[in-house]
Amino acid sequence: MNHEEAQEKTLLGFWIYLMTDLLSFTILFATYAVLSRNTAGGPSAGQLFDLSFVLIETLILLTSSYTAGLGLLALRRSAKNQVLIWFSITFLLGLSFLVMEFREFSKLIAEGASWQRSAFLSSFFALVGTHGLHIAIGLLWMMFSIILVWFKGITPFVSSKIIRLTLFWHFLDVVWIFIFTIVYLMGHV
Amino acid sequence: MQELIFGKLTLAALPHEWYTWGATISIALGGLGVAGILTYYKRWKWIWNEWLTSTDPKKIGIIYIIVAALMLFRGALDAGMIWAQQAFLAGTPLGLSSTHFQEIFTAHGTIMIFFVTMGFMFGLMNYILPLQIGARDVAFPFLNTLSLWLYIAGVIFINLFFVIGGSFAATGWLAYPPLSGLEYSPGVGVDYWIWSLQISGLGSLLGGINLLVTILKMRAPGMTLMKMPMFVWASLCSMVLIISAFPLLTATLVLLSLDRLIGTHFFTSNLGGNPMMYVNLIWMWGHPEVYILMLPSFGIFSEVVSTFSQKRLFGYRSTVLGLFGITLLSMLVWLHHFFTMGAGANVNAFFGIMTMIIAIPTGALVFNWIFTMFRGRIIFRSPMFWFLGFFSTFTFGGMAGVLMATPPADFQLHNSLFLVAHFHTMVIGGALFGIFAGFTYWFPKVTGFKLNERLGKSAFWCWIIGFFVSFVPLYILGFMGATRRLDQYDLSTGWQPLFIISASGFAIITCGAALQVLQIILSIKQRKQNMDTNGDPWNGRTLEWFTSSPPPFYNFAIIPKVNTRDAFWEMKQGVRDKEQGSEKKYEDIIMPKNTAMGIYLSALVFLAGFAIVWHIVWLAVLGIIGSIACVIIRALDEETEYVIPAAEVARMEAKK
Repeated sequence: MNHEEAQEKTLLGFWIYLMTDLLSFTILFATYAVLSRNTAGGPSAGQLFDLSFVLIETLILLTSSYTAGLGLLALRRSAKNQVLIWFSITFLLGLSFLVMEFREFSKLIAEGASWQRSAFLSSFFALVGTHGLHIAIGLLWMMFSIILVWFKGITPFVSSKIIRLTLFWHFLDVVWIFIFTIVYLMGHV
Repeated sequence: MQELIFGKLTLAALPHEWYTWGATISIALGGLGVAGILTYYKRWKWIWNEWLTSTDPKKIGIIYIIVAALMLFRGALDAGMIWAQQAFLAGTPLGLSSTHFQEIFTAHGTIMIFFVTMGFMFGLMNYILPLQIGARDVAFPFLNTLSLWLYIAGVIFINLFFVIGGSFAATGWLAYPPLSGLEYSPGVGVDYWIWSLQISGLGSLLGGINLLVTILKMRAPGMTLMKMPMFVWASLCSMVLIISAFPLLTATLVLLSLDRLIGTHFFTSNLGGNPMMYVNLIWMWGHPEVYILMLPSFGIFSEVVSTFSQKRLFGYRSTVLGLFGITLLSMLVWLHHFFTMGAGANVNAFFGIMTMIIAIPTGALVFNWIFTMFRGRIIFRSPMFWFLGFFSTFTFGGMAGVLMATPPADFQLHNSLFLVAHFHTMVIGGALFGIFAGFTYWFPKVTGFKLNERLGKSAFWCWIIGFFVSFVPLYILGFMGATRRLDQYDLSTGWQPLFIISASGFAIITCGAALQVLQIILSIKQRKQNMDTNGDPWNGRTLEWFTSSPPPFYNFAIIPKVNTRDAFWEMKQGVRDKEQGSEKKYEDIIMPKNTAMGIYLSALVFLAGFAIVWHIVWLAVLGIIGSIACVIIRALDEETEYVIPAAEVARMEAKK
């Protein structure tokens, strides 16, 4: 079977996978929606979250999605160096997002607002943490892709992987926008 | 120190009871027996190269079916113990302890759904689907082996407690919290249940994506969607359901295990947790799951009815629409499993009505099958017997289902033996009979010879009679108020005779199963009499009969062109393309290489799961890092396929 057909299949399969992942997230969102008022006398969303901190996180992640898009455009032009540069920037942005999220989590835990405190916090950590885990996996994937481009150049084999990585990255961005809205913004209302 | 190395694992986890000893010894003997045979006949290399690492969906399908058959034996053993306890042993010194009884019905339900029915269905689909759509393989051969081995890892997991652990979940097959929470189930049983489902569920999800892409992208030229065989349509709907339902199961089980592992409060009864949330979530997966099992069976029966009535399937378009209707509606009815939750009259009414509406598309299928038989020249072979058996039980059970869909009636029947009887009617009469029909129907395709008809028909009669003898008493008992999942019913209720009748029905079913085993053995012995020489033993209609029996590993030397539904039937009528038949122009065939990575990856995932069950941190980390490494190694492998030159294909075809 030729390469294009194979790639078309893989891409369809990957899209379907993304949809299944989205469904897992919907369960976490639904759980958060149901449990978010069950603070059990503990802190509520409005008391805990620092909106400006999260806004910076959001902007970093959105920018990383933009740079990943630029990386993809460079890939289409087979400009190896540009691909390397854009994905390295994306990687660094993603990494700083993850570090910020980690800091937010450790701050909450230090304040005594861990996942064991209440059902609201359990569902918060599960939802945001799962997104963070996805970001971590995406970063691992990105690291290997960068190494692959570095050594192998831009072959159809390599670029098909990067196309899927970019899809994955944009997908995480979309999920984050919902998290930002539902968890952080609506938590402040 | 000990805790650092072994976590919660101590010597106390080794077998203590007669049943854990018994199972451990029989597993060990079975394993040694197989190893002995392989060593004696020097077949280790062969089984590794030809079977275990194979990416051929036909071989993967056969392995699925063998494992599922073993699990059917295990699940039936559990069923026998349940029946024996309720009919005879309760209250006697031989009786089972109530915890043990609970473990048995939990294991019975879990095994029959996940490892028997799913296993058989995936097995049949793997073998038949690519053949029916005129493809040489599935879309992602590696994912296919991975699915298989994750399924097998799940099978090992659910039986592992016999050897290490000693106790299984005693929570019912869906493990409702707070009972399944740490407070009330402190042992490892529930963790075993979670990880067994989690691992095999991942396999099912990957399998679902794989087969859906296969159906959408790999059909033979000319086979448009509306020309696909009905089994392919049914599988497509089933795969769509897997893709929409299994992520919910994964997420829900993750939340439950977080409750048990790190002390979150999703489903606990304190600090804001909400156990009913779990019940909703698990049934949002659980109800579609029922249809994941049923739909392929509808597909099998559509093929069987049209082949043995020697007619086209009546109402192809409405059958497809019916399947779609069922697919959609099955996602909108989950709440009928717990009308008694107290969601309020309006919510219950909505779900009750939705449930009743499912009877409409299902009824359309039933009528289409009837009209297919109408004025057909029906050949009464044993697959047709299974169909007629299905037909009666399924209609019967379906009406019981509509009855229970009425919320006020359900308040009476909830959690009663009536419910037990209802869903067994659907799963045995629907899914299992479908599997038997498909097994008999496609057996000659797989092996090259047909199964013995007489024994097959006798087995059918035992099954259908035994089925009604065992389950009609349960309907009656349910009406009289017998609650399910009790290890003993007081003698003053006067129910004992009905339980005894029910148990004797199980004995009749056991005879049927024994006859089926005998049927397979005898058919292998007398295979010369039942040979299928031309690949088309039943005068079939679809493409799987176009190739030889058993098919070559590349399925079709030349991919057939499809012009109509029932493509092979048309070919036989002589309407077949001129270019296709006469001169054979072979082309190079590209096939996937074997890979052992599916085995390694599943083994590592298994280790990680095992380590998490026992809180062995280092092993869990090792398992997870190892799995990630496997994924990366596989992802970097560019040489996953090989080419069979056209000349070689011609040589192999000439030899046939």
